Amino acid sequence: MDLLYKIFIDPFVQMGTAPDLLMQTLWEGLVAGVLYALIALGFVLIFKASGVFNFAQGIMVVFAALTLVGLYGVLHKWGIRPADVAAYGALALTVLVMLALAWCVERLMLRPLVNQPDIILFMATFGLTYFLIGLGELVFGGDPKVIMTEALHLPSGAYEIKMFGGFVSLQKIDIAAVLIASIMVAGLGMFFQKTRIGRALRAVADSHKAALSVGISLEQIWVIAWFAAGIVALVTGIMWGARSQVEFSLQIIALKALPVLILGGFTSIPGAIVGGIIIGVGEKLGEFYWGPLLGSGIETWLAYVIALVFLLFRPEGLFGERIIERI
Amino acid sequence: MRAPTEQSIAAGEVLLSVEDVSLSFGGVQAISGVSFDIRKGEIRAIIGPNGAGKTSMLNIINGFYQPQYGRITFKGETRSKMRPNEAARGGIARTFQNVALFKGMTALDNLMAGRTLRMKRGFLWQLLRFGPALGEETEHRQRVEEIIDFLKIQAIRKVQVGRLPYGLQKRVELGRALAMEPDLLLLDEPMAGMNLEEKEDMSRFIIDVNTIYGTTIALIEHDMGVVMDLSDRVVVLNYGRKIADGTPEQVRNDRDVIDAYLGVTH
Repeated sequence: MDLLYKIFIDPFVQMGTAPDLLMQTLWEGLVAGVLYALIALGFVLIFKASGVFNFAQGIMVVFAALTLVGLYGVLHKWGIRPADVAAYGALALTVLVMLALAWCVERLMLRPLVNQPDIILFMATFGLTYFLIGLGELVFGGDPKVIMTEALHLPSGAYEIKMFGGFVSLQKIDIAAVLIASIMVAGLGMFFQKTRIGRALRAVADSHKAALSVGISLEQIWVIAWFAAGIVALVTGIMWGARSQVEFSLQIIALKALPVLILGGFTSIPGAIVGGIIIGVGEKLGEFYWGPLLGSGIETWLAYVIALVFLLFRPEGLFGERIIERI
Repeated sequence: MRAPTEQSIAAGEVLLSVEDVSLSFGGVQAISGVSFDIRKGEIRAIIGPNGAGKTSMLNIINGFYQPQYGRITFKGETRSKMRPNEAARGGIARTFQNVALFKGMTALDNLMAGRTLRMKRGFLWQLLRFGPALGEETEHRQRVEEIIDFLKIQAIRKVQVGRLPYGLQKRVELGRALAMEPDLLLLDEPMAGMNLEEKEDMSRFIIDVNTIYGTTIALIEHDMGVVMDLSDRVVVLNYGRKIADGTPEQVRNDRDVIDAYLGVTH
């Protein structure tokens, strides 16, 4: 009886008695969720356009951030001042690097394996992962790096909002992350729906044969998809890195994207967002209010339990394409 | 029998010519030494028993298969190897036996996809979606709506094509091919699986496409009645070889053709 009270009543009582803590938890859940969503977005872009589950997405996040920091260091050493010119210059160069990476991946990985089963391509992305890890360590070194937030004009500090009799503290960098992520998602959504290239990406995802018949170049589309995923990885890397540091362990975060994708659907951009937010908020609420009861590991496993439930009852996710075929 | 058009087909210039083409898959010889041509503005039927190599022939023409021997000359340019998207860019559109549509997209989106090659404005303009890009998008939309009206598929414009019945899917596929404004339209069994009324509709569409848009058409068809009615000239394949080539009348009375298969007129 006491246990039931502890699980089902007490947490909500706590939520009610300290609403400012609830707001804080919800906010942090939202921020975490948005960042998960960004990673999931990278997966969705590549999966939607080339049918490949890109295991290397996590390391692409790290690699992009490392390249940015590295190039900034180089530009700074060459005497490029003021700092923000060097920072944005490094950003532009990193974008070019991601484009080059996309082109190389298409040429060297996708094209030779074009008619192979999906599992082969998935394994190839494993290879890509280890290649990028090695390359990153070789070029940039294995120690953690710091993102140059000031030079990039990213805000620091926090807003303390008086609310519900207490305080809620909103980190400015978190607000920036949510804003930037929202803009990016909205932009990508519009891109897919409204533009010729967006339509071509959807076409290639749907049927290679039909796409070829209509004159679409599969190779070009793949480069664009991987480049877009690379940009998303770069933004994700900057945001995650700005909140802590850029280190190789960051790629583990990518594993969290899997429950997000299961929840939202592997091919849906809005799904990645909604899924990310549900998981992020769910995790934080669970950790804070049920953590003391169930042991503080909830953040680690809750996402996967939610994913399991979805796999049982709605495997295509909330927004995934329901496979309806006429028999 | 079609009424003769004002333009004399016999005098028409050659749009596509297939010269001595052979194709084999491992040990299986799908096509051996086939030569024929397609003249501009005509409707050319390719017929033959099942397994004769008709679809393989179409696949060669639009680049899905590469022949081991022989050449294709299209609009004056000769090549032996070509990728399907290059053929599309060159002005060849294609429908498939089993319908190759973007099943997850609406009928309208499928047709708009057909306009891909015609969309000139660069990627950045498209993103910003104003000025020249918007005007172009509207123009394409207009063309697509014309085709939708022409094929009478207004009711299903926004329906996901994966859910449509087979006959309507074939019509959407034809629409998408038309949206490409091709010089040569390849139709692989456009009447397959249709009832009499649907066949009459499709026949009318094909004739209209030929007379109104002036598109040259090559079609594979099993229904002899349709072949006799629609086509200007017929090429007959059997076991990968050409056994007859001429007007429907000539072909119908050809001994080899009659021997090859008992063509039943519906």
